[in-house]
Amino acid sequence: MMTSADFSILLPEISLAVYAMLALLVGVYTGKDKLAPTLVWLTAAVFVILAGWIGLAPGGTRPAFDGLFISDAFARFAKVTILLSAASVLVMSEGYMARRDLLRFEYPVLVSLGVVGMLVMVSAGDLMTLYMGLELQSLALYVVASLRRDSVKSTEAGLKYFVLGALSSGLLLYGASLTYGFSGTTLFSGIIVAVGNDAPLGLIFGLVFIASGLAFKVSAAPFHMWTPDVYEGSPTPVTAFFATAPKVAAMALFARVVHDAFGGVVGDWQQIIALISVASMFLGAVAAIGQTNIKRLMAYSSINHMGFALMGLASGTAFGVQAMLVYMAIYVVMNIGTFAFILTMERDGKPVVDIRSLNMYSRREPLRALAMLVLMFSMAGVPPLVGFFGKFYVLSAAVQSGLGWLAILGVIASVIAAYYYLRIVFYMYFGEEGETLDTAQSPLLWTFLMASAAIMVLGVVNLFGIEGAAAAAAATLVN
Amino acid sequence: MIGLEHFLTVAAALFVIGIFGLFLNRKNVIILLMSIELMLLAVNINFVAFSAYQGDMVGQVFTLFVLTVAAAEAAIGLAILVCFFRNRGTIDVEDVNVMKG
Repeated sequence: MMTSADFSILLPEISLAVYAMLALLVGVYTGKDKLAPTLVWLTAAVFVILAGWIGLAPGGTRPAFDGLFISDAFARFAKVTILLSAASVLVMSEGYMARRDLLRFEYPVLVSLGVVGMLVMVSAGDLMTLYMGLELQSLALYVVASLRRDSVKSTEAGLKYFVLGALSSGLLLYGASLTYGFSGTTLFSGIIVAVGNDAPLGLIFGLVFIASGLAFKVSAAPFHMWTPDVYEGSPTPVTAFFATAPKVAAMALFARVVHDAFGGVVGDWQQIIALISVASMFLGAVAAIGQTNIKRLMAYSSINHMGFALMGLASGTAFGVQAMLVYMAIYVVMNIGTFAFILTMERDGKPVVDIRSLNMYSRREPLRALAMLVLMFSMAGVPPLVGFFGKFYVLSAAVQSGLGWLAILGVIASVIAAYYYLRIVFYMYFGEEGETLDTAQSPLLWTFLMASAAIMVLGVVNLFGIEGAAAAAAATLVN
Repeated sequence: MIGLEHFLTVAAALFVIGIFGLFLNRKNVIILLMSIELMLLAVNINFVAFSAYQGDMVGQVFTLFVLTVAAAEAAIGLAILVCFFRNRGTIDVEDVNVMKG
């Protein structure tokens, strides 16, 4: 029976959903977009408060509604990461969107609803919860992708994202129906019993369909084809949002499904995930080489990073999940810093996305160039920056589970990927003189860029203690 | 006697037709929306068939959720399509090609 105890576990999500609908009502009744900046800041504040609420909530695993929804250390780690990254991106968007007349009050509302979906995803304990969370997230994201209604690129990005996203939902749902049919239940706790240690063929088919649907959502190769176009076409703050919170949510959901529902047949999904991990790492590394558009480049970069995160998941151990969580947290911080930089790239007030416009940037703005250098080195995994530790974690998780070949391929891919990160640094420090960018104005974006770069340097001391939290999170998922 | 496997075969056939519709169709984006709908309905047949066969209601509850979400999805898809048409003046799949590479 539903009780108040169930609702109290769900209270953060319910509060956010209620907040989003109230914000929508207020926006519609006042009818003007002049409220939008206030709403953006208010929404970011709500995200931060919820992150604190969830992060400081009493520990332990608390299932609600007979296991449909699970609040545990793993979900809390992912939720705090999602909320804080979404809040950062919202705050970063405000100035950029206001100057380009893009700041509509729907934007913070849609982001809030998307975040509700993500929170539900990472807490899913049942195929229905999984599906509803995923769709709530995806439907909000389709709309924000085409936020710039009068632009061909933005609407095309939304259309492509919608069609391929719907295809992936369809695949996932077909897998869910097979899993339900062959296990007789939609609860993860029931599926894992039905799967046992030797799953019937029907359940393996279900697993494969669900895994390919989720691979679409984390933009892992060979299901990545929407990523570059959507990243390029969407307004840049929206791209920054796509690159952070939804990726964390989808990776966390992936980990939950394979461990909570299919934990008995690690060998079966290990090979699938190892394969898509290798494919993503190499595709992300090789395809980005020819890109000059920094948003497309970041798209391939995120495909490459997802390959590494999936490597942690492929190890199939608690240490692997811990490595994946640490990797995702580091990835999000790096991306927020990099997008804080990309958002300031403009000439005569128009956004510029060509990386050649960064020629000799270091001469004009040495400090910002240095911060970008640190971030690029960290993305490439150059020691001793924090990005290196993220890679080190997933590689050692793979080696410990006997996937040495996967680790070796990962190192090769990261060397290839280093080329295009270093090329940006090369342009900034050794490029030719050419047309210059405007001087960046926003102190807010400057702060995000510098903070992110500083974290990449200072984090080497102890990674700000996230290893411990990630280890506790992984331990609740894998046992 | 019509058994479970007959329903599953029909659902699988519809699902595959939906996927082929997405990939082979070169004409019109509306057909993409119809293909997506076909895939989701194929899944619904699966759920209802399994549910009836096992005497378990959960599958039918899931179907109701899927139907609801499919309606929302179609609404959003059409809304994006209208915006796209206003900008581009066409809804041919071949013309969804401003970005490449």
